[in-house]
Order: sequence, then structure tokens, then C-alpha cells
Amino acid sequence: MSQSDTIGGATFLAGAVNAPPRPSALRNVLAMAGVVVKEMYRRKDFYVLLIITIVITCLMGSVRFFHDDRIVRYLKENCLLLIWGASLAIAISTVARQLPAEKENRTIFPLLAKPVSRRQVVMGKFLGCWIACGIALVCFYAFFGIICLTRERHWPLVTYFQAATLHWFALAVVIAMALLGSLVFAAPSSNGTICIVVVIGILLVGRHLNQVALRLSEPLRSITYGIYYAMPHLEIFNARDLVIHDWPPIGWKYFAIANAYALAYAGLLLGAACLIFRRKPLN
Amino acid sequence: MRRSYNPWLVLLLLITVCFTLATWLSPRFNARQQGRSDSFMALLLGDSRRLFANHLFVKADEYFHSGFYPSIFDNQESFQTPHMAADAGALKEKNSGEETEFMGKPRDFIEEFSRNFIPSRHTHLDEGGAEGKAGDLGEAANGDVREILPWLQMSAEMDPSRVETYMVTAYWLRRKMGKVDEAEEFLRQGLRANPGNASLLFELGRIYKEDRKDPNHARNVWELGVHRLDSKSSHSEQDDFIMSQLTLYLARLEEEQGNLKQSLAWLERLKQYSAQPQTVQKQIEEMRQKVAHPETATNASRTIPSAETN
Repeated sequence: MSQSDTIGGATFLAGAVNAPPRPSALRNVLAMAGVVVKEMYRRKDFYVLLIITIVITCLMGSVRFFHDDRIVRYLKENCLLLIWGASLAIAISTVARQLPAEKENRTIFPLLAKPVSRRQVVMGKFLGCWIACGIALVCFYAFFGIICLTRERHWPLVTYFQAATLHWFALAVVIAMALLGSLVFAAPSSNGTICIVVVIGILLVGRHLNQVALRLSEPLRSITYGIYYAMPHLEIFNARDLVIHDWPPIGWKYFAIANAYALAYAGLLLGAACLIFRRKPLN
Repeated sequence: MRRSYNPWLVLLLLITVCFTLATWLSPRFNARQQGRSDSFMALLLGDSRRLFANHLFVKADEYFHSGFYPSIFDNQESFQTPHMAADAGALKEKNSGEETEFMGKPRDFIEEFSRNFIPSRHTHLDEGGAEGKAGDLGEAANGDVREILPWLQMSAEMDPSRVETYMVTAYWLRRKMGKVDEAEEFLRQGLRANPGNASLLFELGRIYKEDRKDPNHARNVWELGVHRLDSKSSHSEQDDFIMSQLTLYLARLEEEQGNLKQSLAWLERLKQYSAQPQTVQKQIEEMRQKVAHPETATNASRTIPSAETN
């Protein structure tokens, strides 16, 4: 860990105390991630969203259409829509306030005085939020699986696993994006709003942006096509239709490539966040 | 010279205008109120509920294709008429082009890659769906057609005046799920919202004829449908389509019942509305020969093909 990564005051404090041997970078990152995870399960957001999802799904499930109790796909669709909405809300709201809250409460200074580098702070926050979202997704998808099992006679676990994993990796990109946004935008609220709008925009029209581009005249066509190639294609990770309509699982090769793509994109965004945070004054 | 107005005369004029306006507006307002549904949805959403109803109807067709469905950005030529409605005979089919090719070829590597994560094969729920179950799947073979029903019911609740929703729902309920009672109840619900509607009467007649095996009741209902359409001052394309269906089914019924002259009369009416008048003319000539020589007419040699072969 380089001394230049820490702020002056914190470095001085760290040096002044006869501190035990420095923990490894990974241990620092994991320790910070653990704090973020603990913060998530101490807050009420996750529980409220989970309960809302359960209540709405159960209410919808209690409706009988034409005396048939085996109709399930509308329920799966609505449940997955709620899960996606809840997970995006949890991810963006959790990550958007991480660094601004540390700065506002002035806890960033003792944190960097550990000494923990700024890069490790960014990585720790990212990992913590991603793990926290993963835990939340496990709960949400477990509920989804139980709902499906009560109505359907089969349980396509492979498809569910692929959908949940793709969802989790998409959240990695969203979290990295929000983390970068928290360093660029002034307030967590503006960052959260912009991230939500961008993510929903990508999910809705990302797949079709190339078709839109082809119908435009130059130079708008090139600009739109440029955006299409540059943006993270989060819609790829939305495998809800495959789950809802019982399509066969995705090929493992494509599944692995998609996850690698998400990690690469998250890495790019995190790299940008590290660069910005490194030069950013904290007071 | 300045003209002076009597204020009482002005007031009288205003009262007269108000009274005239009230007598003109009142019946229109009452008619509008009666025409409106009293449902919660109607109060909440107003006329925008028709848009939602249409969206839900299309959603049902999307489910019928297990999610393989064109978006507003894709070529929709082959999906202009929802396939579930065309298969049910509720709407005149206007689809053209290849229904499996609406996406076209991938335009770039991202699109090619992303197609591995979305439904990318044309299927119908009654023909096996996404899982590719073989054969004609009714209720007995765990067919998944039932999955379109919630959207259709919600569509009907949003817009009770949308007749094709009742027709499509009733068709799939009785033909693929064996729920004849539910189909009839749903059609009657539609008839309460749209009294005397010929399309609903046609579908109700099919229930009596094909499921209840009650040709007399079916005939009465279909004839009422024809009468309703005859009494309309102007016909839409859909009205002509339903008229052709009604006259075809009546002609077929009368032939089955041995009433060849009646059947001939219905065929002659069918010719006016049919999309294939030459075929109908041929059937008319055959029927005339049968009427002239009734001893040669047998059930085995039907002039009008049955519903399954039509």
C-alpha cells in the first residue's frame, strides 16, 4: 500500500502509533465489505421491500381465474418484476450513500488512517454492497422458488440459478456505476435518481437502440450507435422471460461470457471510481 | 345616440339561453352516464382503461407465444391480428409475412449474443409451448393455454365493451381446457355488458352446438345474431366477418339437420359476405342439386365442410 493513497493527516496518525503489522489489502477490503453487509441487515430497507414483495405476490396468488389453481406465469412475472425493482432499489440506495455518508460524518478520515488506501475503500464498499445484494437476492429467489413450487409440478433449478446469477452480476455493474456516480454527483439523491433512470432506460430500450440508430440520419446515427456499443447491456442479464415461460436453460458458454462481460464492465467503472477518488479532496 | 338596455330583458334572455342549453345537454349527459360502466376501473382510469385493456389483450397473446413476441421496434406484419384470436375465429386475420422472422438477422455481435438470453423460437402454447411438448395439448395433456386467461380476464374487466376478449377466452376455455360452464358464464357476462352483440351470440351458439349438442338452441342464438346484424344501419369489416361466420354455421347446421332449403338460403346469404364467393357459389350449386334430388343427398357427402376442415 502506498503512502500517497492515504491523506496526510491519517498517514501521520498511522505512523505515530506503534501499530501492529499492516493487514493485507484483501483483509482490509473484506473488513470494509463486512461492515457494509452488517449495515444492510441493520437497516430496514431490505426487510420492508422483502415483505412488500411477499405481500403483493401472495395477494396476487390468492386470486383464482376460472377456478383454475394451476395458473402461475402471471404470478411469476409479477414476482420477478418486484424482485428486480426491489434489488435495484436496495443496490442503488445502499451504494449511493456509502461514500457521501462517510464524508459527511467525517468517518472517512479515521478509515483512511487505519491505514486503508482509497482504492481499498472503493473496492471494500463495492464488494460489501455486492455481497449484501447477493444475500438479498438469495432471500428473494428462495421466496420465488417456494411460490413456483406451490403452483407448478416441476422446479427448473438450473434456469432459476442462471437467472439469479445473471441478476447478481448485473447488479455488480449497477453498484459500480452508482459508486462512480457518488463521486461525480453532488448528492446521493441525484446520483440515485440518475442511476435508476439510466438502468431502467438500458433495460427497456438497450436491446433496440441499434434499430433506433439505423432509422436516424447522420450524425445522430453514429452517436446513437456509439452509445449502443459503449453502454453496459444490462438487458442481457434480464432472463425473466426464460424463467416465466419455462424455456430451457441458457448455454453455459454464453452464461459464462455474460458474467465475464459484467465483471469487466464493473472493473472499468470501479477503475474510473478509484481514479476519481484518488484525486478528490475530502474536505 | 346611446342605446339603453333593460336589465330585466337581458336577464330573461340569459335564463332562456340557460334553459335551452340545459334541455339540449341533459339527455346527452344521461345517455353518456348510462353508457358508462359503473366499475371501479372505469371510475379510476376513465377512457384510458381501453388502452390498458388492449395492452393486456396483447399480453395474453405474448403469453400464447411463450414470450416470443415482437416489440414496437420489430416488424409486426405477422402479428397484426393476435394469433390466439385468429385461431379462435374471433377476429379476421390480417397477418402477413413469416411469423418466425420478425427479428430479422442480427445486426451486430451484441444483438447476436443477446438472443441467447431471450425467447427466440416461435411456439404456441396449445402446440407444445417453449418446452416443446409434442402433440395437441388440451387439459388432459397438461397444456399451458390456461396461462393466457388472467390477462384476458383483466382485459375484460378493464374494458367490458371489448367483445373479442370474451370470444377468445370462451374459445380457449371450452376447446382446450374443457371448461364449458366457465366459458358460457364468461360469454353471458360479456352479453350483459354488450346486450345482443352478434359476435358473442355466435360464440354462445358454438357452445350450444359443439359442446352442449343442442342444435335447436344454437340455431336460435345464431339467428338472433343475424337479426341483430341485419338491424344495424352500417356494417364494419368485423361485422361482415361475423355475419359470414354466422351464415356459414347456420348453413352447416341446417344441412346436418336435413333442412336443405334452409341451408341453401343461408349459403346464398353467405355469398354476400364471404371472402371466397366462388367457393360458396360452387357449394350453392351442389346444394341446389341436392334440393332438386333429395333422395341422393346423404350425410356422408356434405356440401359444406365441417368446422375442423374449414
